[in-house]
Amino acid sequence: MKTQISLTVNGRRRDDTVSDNLLLVDYLRETLGLNGTKIGCDGGECGCCTVLVDGRARHACLTLATSCDGTHVETVESLAAKGRLSAIQRGFNEKLGAQCGFCTPGMIMAAEGLLRENPMPTEDEIRAGMAANICRCTGYVKIIESVQAAARELAQ
Amino acid sequence: MNAPVAPAGPVKSIGERAPLVDGPEKVTGRAKYAADYRSPGALVGRILRSPVAHANVIEVDTSAAEALPGVEAVVTGQDCDQTYGVLPIAMNEYPMVRDRVRYRGEPVAAVAAVDVETAQKALDLIEFRYEELPAYFTAEKARAPGAVQLHEKKPGNIERHAEFELGDVSAGFAEADLVREETFQCAEVCQVQSEPHATYAEYDAERDRLTVWPSTQVPYYVHLMLSRTLKMDQSRIRVIKPHIGGGFGCRTETLNVEIICALLARKARGAVSLVISREETFITHRGRPETQIRMKLGLKRDGRITAVECDVVQRGGAYSGYGVVTVLYSGSLLYAIYDIERIRYNGFRILTNTPPPGAFRGHGTVNSRFAFESMIDSMAEELGIDPFAVRRANLLKAPTFAANDLMINSYGLPECIDWVEKASGWRERKGKLGPNRGLGMACSHYISGASKPVNWTGEPHATVNLKVDFDGSITLLTGAAEIGQGSSTVLVQCVAEVLGIGMPRIRIIASDSAVTPKDNGSYSSRVTYMVGNAAIEAAQNLRSVLIDAAARRLEVAPEDVECLGEIYRAGSQDRGLEFNEVVMEALKDTGTLTVKGTFDTIPESHGGKKYRGAAIGGTMAFSYAAQVVEVSVDPDTAEITVEKVWVAHDCGRALNPLSVEGQVQGSVWMGMGQALCEETRYHEGLGIAGNMLDYRVPTIMDSPPIEVKIVECADPHGPFGAKEAGEGSLAGFLPAFTSAVADAIGIRPTELPVTPDRLLKLMEKKEQEARAQEKRRKIA
Repeated sequence: MKTQISLTVNGRRRDDTVSDNLLLVDYLRETLGLNGTKIGCDGGECGCCTVLVDGRARHACLTLATSCDGTHVETVESLAAKGRLSAIQRGFNEKLGAQCGFCTPGMIMAAEGLLRENPMPTEDEIRAGMAANICRCTGYVKIIESVQAAARELAQ
Repeated sequence: MNAPVAPAGPVKSIGERAPLVDGPEKVTGRAKYAADYRSPGALVGRILRSPVAHANVIEVDTSAAEALPGVEAVVTGQDCDQTYGVLPIAMNEYPMVRDRVRYRGEPVAAVAAVDVETAQKALDLIEFRYEELPAYFTAEKARAPGAVQLHEKKPGNIERHAEFELGDVSAGFAEADLVREETFQCAEVCQVQSEPHATYAEYDAERDRLTVWPSTQVPYYVHLMLSRTLKMDQSRIRVIKPHIGGGFGCRTETLNVEIICALLARKARGAVSLVISREETFITHRGRPETQIRMKLGLKRDGRITAVECDVVQRGGAYSGYGVVTVLYSGSLLYAIYDIERIRYNGFRILTNTPPPGAFRGHGTVNSRFAFESMIDSMAEELGIDPFAVRRANLLKAPTFAANDLMINSYGLPECIDWVEKASGWRERKGKLGPNRGLGMACSHYISGASKPVNWTGEPHATVNLKVDFDGSITLLTGAAEIGQGSSTVLVQCVAEVLGIGMPRIRIIASDSAVTPKDNGSYSSRVTYMVGNAAIEAAQNLRSVLIDAAARRLEVAPEDVECLGEIYRAGSQDRGLEFNEVVMEALKDTGTLTVKGTFDTIPESHGGKKYRGAAIGGTMAFSYAAQVVEVSVDPDTAEITVEKVWVAHDCGRALNPLSVEGQVQGSVWMGMGQALCEETRYHEGLGIAGNMLDYRVPTIMDSPPIEVKIVECADPHGPFGAKEAGEGSLAGFLPAFTSAVADAIGIRPTELPVTPDRLLKLMEKKEQEARAQEKRRKIA
């Protein structure tokens, strides 16, 4: 079965006919070629596929594309405005919040969702806000510092 | 042209907290990993895996799968009769089974089809007929008399028995004031790097050429193994490393995924993307083996170690892989951290019907170090010696050679120990943290690259090319595999530093066999040390070419030219030449410049010939680390929280302190995963923890602050004095952690990971013993 969906992806309006069992992550990667969103597990474990749906962080691997009808979807590709890194991207770049980079798009989208809701989170709030995302390189220390740096920059 | 403004002088790059040169790609999602390579018309690959752990293959019938519309290629063991493996002496694995299945999940066949659904349907149509054999999931059962042999030439299912005795160990024990012996058990762990394995392969049927994008740490090995298994001339193969989502050792070997993808692409005469699942990535494994260690130590009353006896049994899985090296490292690296003469080592690597382990970060050293540091800590306590004092009583003095001939030229361990003692507030806080809270400390070390390469070819260990052209840009060409550890960044820093120019002038191309010089890859923490040195030499060679050119233009002698990075001048009043002008002068007559730098290890670093396998452990330099771990234990749930870690790591010289911190934090944290919660589990050989929930990886909620002190005990041969930074801190966490638990609740776990259920049992046992003792006391 296929369904017609209308949504915006990174601010652009899309009208697509998709299979009812198509996952949002496959819609983004396969249909739209937005490869920034990664798949790191077999479903809902690692958070590498985190995107924002109507501003809230969601696992794109646990979300059906059809359920995004009428929503605004944002991926990591949307963040750098006119080629300039966003505050969170700059934080992750400068504070070494990314090593191998594979979990990074999901981490950054989780941080984006967190800072939109809570612009000046405490360390514990950062931990709680990023708890659904696994990183195997950093031990999370520099991820927390990256989010803190971004929050400080955004507050200025 | 305007006269240049007063030159600012050479730009510094070494020692700067430089962000990664490929950071912008990573934070914007532009970085392409193997699964991101797709071209229109590329096929989807899928692997059929064995449902049984040990069986003779009767038949793999693929006729129905081949007949399915949309299926472009089906391959089985019949398509590849060549073994592969990382060690030339131990290649005993086929990409897909031929006569025998040896572990559950081993590839049996693979298909390439137009889409996932068709590929999946085709797998269902393959008929796999087999005759089951008795299977062994523990080292003990595989070693038992009468067990069926997994491999023809391996009687008793012994992959390797490594043994040595240096010095008179029995006399050492006789001299000791205290001798203790204990058995330790470490569960098997898996790297669980963020990116599941993936390969993209394109076969050019017209010209019989193959291009492969594998998720590997060592593109060179993949190149060799593809040539061997596909029987293709090496010159027809091109291996391009995409961005790599971590490795931690599981990708130092060529994996069946890479070979199967290439076999499919060639058979389909097209392009194939083979991305395996997380569960399949667990099955592909190459993690740290389940290990049992019996450790016996002799100590004098003053804490001096008199003798060590160490027996190791590793569950080696179904194939050799790196196994021989792992079991040798587990013995040889008992040396080179403390001043110990007499060690007797007995290591067994046993073949079992489980997925093969490999070279996990801290290769071979981690579990032995856990046992050793645990013993020295508990024995010191028994002797009434402080944990710091007992380590200080056994320090080495560099430069020296360990009793097994390992070369040690720099030794920052004393400073590491001093710092963690002070920073953690050990003296003031130890014993005063209140109930169920404790501190523990331990030390560890690691090699900066294995001095002998796996494939001995007579070439230098590392080669770096620098290309300079009309545009004044410098392109650094290296085969060193950037896998997220920051190798590309550090190489650019090395070249920038020597030339005194800013890093933005330098572009780096890493690991494309058609473009970059061969490199032995990212394993054994070799890249900064070896490739860094080659990069320095290349930059020095370029610098002298540019100085000669500047001298010609300025009509002075080369020794009178001053290189200020962007400006070359003669005499302080000279307006000098801009970098581009110097380059243009250098290109006259010769055209585009390519200069080279190489690095080779010195024979003294190759380890000795004191016993068979003594070369394993030989390195140009050792890193050293000490750490203090603070834990709290919930007395009701037996849940352990790691509150904080203080770690000092001697990396010789921090070429990039930001990167060094990141590497050390990552190492400590990975040690924490092994100590606290990570373990693979099997039921009759079937992985039952093949996901990131059942295989418990620590989340951000479980992860402590990790304070890092960089100790810089410069190594005389290291690049700007540097040594390794990415592995040495891992092993120390495990014993520091269990010592902290012992400090908190009076129980020292000897079995890892210390999950709440394991610890609860120990706590209950202790309580029962205390009650029984109380009872006996009352009766008395």
